[in-house]
Amino acid sequence: MDRIIATELTKTFQLKPGQTVRVDGIDTNAITVLNGLDLTIRRGEFITLVGPSGSGKSVFLDIVGGLTQATSGAAYIDGERIVKPDPRMAYVFQQYALFPWRTALENVEYALEVRGVSKAERRQKARHFLSLFGLGGFEDRYPSQLSGGMQQRVAIARSLTTDPEVLLMDEPFAALDAQTRDILQSELLRIWERIGCTVIFVTHSIDEAVFLADRVVAMTARPGIVKEIIDIDLPRPRDTEIRNTPEFAELRGRVWNVLRDEVQKAQKDWALASATAH
Amino acid sequence: MTFVLEKPASESSAFDFWRKRASVSRPTGRPTSTFVAGLPLLIAFCALWEIAPRLGWMNPIFFPPLSSVLAALLDLIASGTMGKHIGISLQRAALGFGLAVAVAIPLGFLMGRYTPFEKATDLLVQTLRNTSQFALLPVFVLLLGIGEASKIAITFYAAVFFLLVNTIVGVKSVDPLLLKAARSMGTSDWDLFRKVIFPWAIPFIVAGARLGVKASLFSVIAAEMLAARSGIGYLIQNSQLMLKSADMYAGIITLTIVGLLLNYGLVWMEKRATHWRASDGNPT
Ligand SMILES: Nc1ncnc2c1ncn2[C@@H]1O[C@H](COP(=O)(O)OP(=O)(O)O)[C@@H](O)[C@H]1O
Ligand SMILES: [Mg+2]
Repeated sequence: MDRIIATELTKTFQLKPGQTVRVDGIDTNAITVLNGLDLTIRRGEFITLVGPSGSGKSVFLDIVGGLTQATSGAAYIDGERIVKPDPRMAYVFQQYALFPWRTALENVEYALEVRGVSKAERRQKARHFLSLFGLGGFEDRYPSQLSGGMQQRVAIARSLTTDPEVLLMDEPFAALDAQTRDILQSELLRIWERIGCTVIFVTHSIDEAVFLADRVVAMTARPGIVKEIIDIDLPRPRDTEIRNTPEFAELRGRVWNVLRDEVQKAQKDWALASATAH
Repeated sequence: MTFVLEKPASESSAFDFWRKRASVSRPTGRPTSTFVAGLPLLIAFCALWEIAPRLGWMNPIFFPPLSSVLAALLDLIASGTMGKHIGISLQRAALGFGLAVAVAIPLGFLMGRYTPFEKATDLLVQTLRNTSQFALLPVFVLLLGIGEASKIAITFYAAVFFLLVNTIVGVKSVDPLLLKAARSMGTSDWDLFRKVIFPWAIPFIVAGARLGVKASLFSVIAAEMLAARSGIGYLIQNSQLMLKSADMYAGIITLTIVGLLLNYGLVWMEKRATHWRASDGNPT
């Protein structure tokens, strides 16, 4: 059963009038980031998306999340074309995106609050998801009073309150230290196994990609398309020990082989990336 | 084995602003300890004020000793004169300031949020902002008469730009990531204003309000000195004309005390508005 389908997605950014960048030796004011990306994601699947920086992973998530429009092609959820943020989806960002003036509990309530859920109901649900992440007792803390790992737990809890069918995660653990990252990966898997939603998880860590995924989708350097999909047939439930198995090492090597050339290509693209960094 | 490609700083620093704000270290000493440390100099100043006229260093007619000033102040308070004048000045300042809030916040939101609107209005706002409210007082008097309206106009003018500029800065500085997150959760435009942009802008607006309140009060005093029959500014000016210098100083002291109290109140409000920035680990 297919949940998300992307067909021939392209995305071209038009620079401001007068601005140009040099792409492949030619001056232009348009940057093509996605160049006909096709991808089908099955219901309940855990997909990790890897690719060199600037290959359009975030742009792809934004299109699937309905936050930006594709230049051509389309993305579908359950057969419906995505044109705006869909209530069946939730988005988690690398920098947590918590409202600094709201307590942890109020942050988790937010998604339900803007949907008009009654105060009592959203309170209860928010408490439930906070405790699921071991944050019972931290309800009244402000984000500035929480560690990075705790803030990201709050953000994930917030994304789950609306019972999303599809969870989009853009390098959610990239800003965390290695131990916290390991713990959060296991926590995420444990909760995902319980709720069984579809996850699209962008990461630049190959280790993380293999550990979490049913399938690792490797993208090319910009302009991005899917280069190869690697099935991860490791047993579930997984715990962190699985990283020490030869099977894991083999899969990690395969993903790295697929990516190596693309990363090298992307290095040449850095001039472009820095010219358009905003 | 990971391939780690550093993100451009602009992407990863979206929250640095808050971190920095949150970690700004407060002045180390407690307010009480700076108060105690400053007390001897204040006392010396008061003592000098008392002694200088008595020893003939200064002419007691123009510069009466502090004790006579305080006696005059007590008289003014007891007779209700001081209360009346202060009340009128504060009322004028509050009206002008309240009007400024009502105009500046909606206007600031529009200017901060809609670029074409800002482009169209910015030049005019900058021009008006750099015209002194004091220079405009004769204009206000000509147009609005010598009564209440011209006084409220000057206090409005004094405060409105502090509020407007800060509101614009607040609205414009909203973290785009928060807007993106809010949109991804299906936030409506109205909720975006109420629940994201406005709370973000509050600390900026309150900081502007603090400057605006002071400016309003000072302007009303100046206006009352030039053209009024009541208010603390009038009291000070009139006492000088009548050579009741003790009353004049009593008015000045009262004004200082009112200014100090207002400032403390506003600082307190500012702390309340930004209490979530606290990074000391204690939920406030
Ligand atoms: N709004 C935009 N305007 C112009 N260029 C953009 C914009 N958003 C992204 N880009 C460019 O698109 C490319 C891919 O971005 P992104 O999807 O963020 O890559 P990543 O795979 O690292 O997540 C980058 O080179 C970036 O500079
Ligand atoms: Mg990205």
